[in-house]
Amino acid sequence: MSGIAKIILVVAGIALAGCTTPDRFGNGAGGAGGAGSLINGASDPTSPEFFQQSVGDRVLFAVDQSSLTPLARTTLDGQAAWLNNNSDFTAIIEGHADEQGTREYNLALGARRANSVQEYLVSRGVNPNRMRVVSYGKERPIEICSTEACYAQNRRAVTVISVAPSS
Amino acid sequence: MTKMILSLLTALMVVCAPALAAQEQGDRDGPLRIEITEGVIEPLPYAVPDLVAETAQASEYAANIARVIASDLSGTGLFREIPQNAHISRVTNFSSPVQFADWRAVNAQALITGGVSVDDAGRLVVRFRLFDVFAGQELGEGLQLVGTTTSWRRIAHKMADQVYSRLTGEAPYFDSRVVFVSETGPKDARQKRIGVMDYDGAGATYLTDASSIVLAPRFSPGGDRILFTSYESGFPKIYVMDVASATRQELQTQQGTMSFAPRFSPDGRTIVYSLSTGGNTDLYSMDIATGQSRRLTSAPSIETAPSFSPDGQQIVFESDRSGSPQLYIMPAQGGEAQRISFGQGRYGTPVWSPRGDLVAFTKQSKGRFHIGVMRTDGREERLLTASFLDEGPTWSPNGRVIMFTRETQGETGQAGLYSVDITGRNLRQVPTQTGASDPSWSPLLN
Repeated sequence: MSGIAKIILVVAGIALAGCTTPDRFGNGAGGAGGAGSLINGASDPTSPEFFQQSVGDRVLFAVDQSSLTPLARTTLDGQAAWLNNNSDFTAIIEGHADEQGTREYNLALGARRANSVQEYLVSRGVNPNRMRVVSYGKERPIEICSTEACYAQNRRAVTVISVAPSS
Repeated sequence: MTKMILSLLTALMVVCAPALAAQEQGDRDGPLRIEITEGVIEPLPYAVPDLVAETAQASEYAANIARVIASDLSGTGLFREIPQNAHISRVTNFSSPVQFADWRAVNAQALITGGVSVDDAGRLVVRFRLFDVFAGQELGEGLQLVGTTTSWRRIAHKMADQVYSRLTGEAPYFDSRVVFVSETGPKDARQKRIGVMDYDGAGATYLTDASSIVLAPRFSPGGDRILFTSYESGFPKIYVMDVASATRQELQTQQGTMSFAPRFSPDGRTIVYSLSTGGNTDLYSMDIATGQSRRLTSAPSIETAPSFSPDGQQIVFESDRSGSPQLYIMPAQGGEAQRISFGQGRYGTPVWSPRGDLVAFTKQSKGRFHIGVMRTDGREERLLTASFLDEGPTWSPNGRVIMFTRETQGETGQAGLYSVDITGRNLRQVPTQTGASDPSWSPLLN
């Protein structure tokens, strides 16, 4: 986990208010540790917090799909521009699935989703060496209800900005 | 299925052949046997009095061993215990003649008696006998088992295995273990640890801490090693663990890839697994000793959840190459794959039965999940369970029972382990100390 520990954790702006668990997949500000104090607020456009809250760190997918929606492409255009302007940062792209599916299939599906995002960012000029992909399958839902409203938020790829080397 | 029922009945009649002569004297309609049909089952009534404690130190084991035997036998759904408070005879001496009339009177068709002592070396010595009550005869030879006092539960499982085999003609499975993932905490921050326990949920110990996500542990054919997937490097990677020492090492795969869904070959030398690179997931095999890997599939689709046939010649796996996840079989070295699942819905996590005749799988259809079995050519598909989320079947060592993960829905959803007979009967939750998922059944212990 040492590589992960260096990742600057950013507040997931979506829901789960009041959740105190220090988990970076939820409202995980508590998990930022020392690194969190090094960065400025979301008002600083070069900060990962700005990336997370203003650029938008995640894109959502349709059931079983890894293709990017027009809205996702717009979000990723913003991510690419930010990464191109802030070249000191690297990124880990996390692919996730909803709970409707087997563990193994969802791991593979999350890998597809993360890769879709990486390929798109590369096509927008981001150096592939600055990015790594990881799939969490259905292991880390951000919303925990068992209805489509939650599933839609869980079928996601999240770009996690890091100061650590990507490889 | 029909063949299996026939062989069960045949075996029982052979075992009970001497009983036929005595049948007319008795008041029952047929020989001692277990009726197994698709529809109805009449469990065979049996009695297991507390063992006779032959030394003072043995007294604490006398009742405990009898209770574990009863739990094993009744837990199959094939046997029904005549409660001890209904017994007329008391067994006070292991060697004394059995009062068959007293056991007939309470309708116990099978009787298990035993004696237990602790010898001068501090070892537990257990003797037992099995009787066909209505025939007034012993079934098979008496047996003596010796072990440490801490292994009393295993000794009980071995005794129950003997009874089960003699009365059903099936290979036994009680003396076995299950490796699984222990789950605690809320759904969005679940803590997972590898645990190992007896097949009935007793004696759980934990092999990893909860600092990293761990998934889908799998026993080696010898039961001495475990393959599992861990995120301890930050990325899903396969590890192999020695059970006795709990030491583990990562299987070296290419930099920048993710690997998961490992399983051993039947000889324990090779593993087959999924590797994701560039968003594409294919199947690979690796020789554990040399680390040499081999790519088995090359398709833009998802190939995952591989499982060897018992002879090691073929691999059944899951692929969405047709557009939705379905089951395929290919040679163990790779090559052309044959699709075997054709029903409506999505199929995943196929596991070849130890007998070689069936494949168990997870099926997703109309918003429900099922555990099912089909023949290896895809015929005779039968769904054994239905719920919000059932997945990940594993076979008992004798291929008669399937254990799997069932997860409940909603914010408070929890995972637990369940077992079901391959007839679809006798669905039971396996008691675990925490939430639990991803069971993998060991072979029968030695």
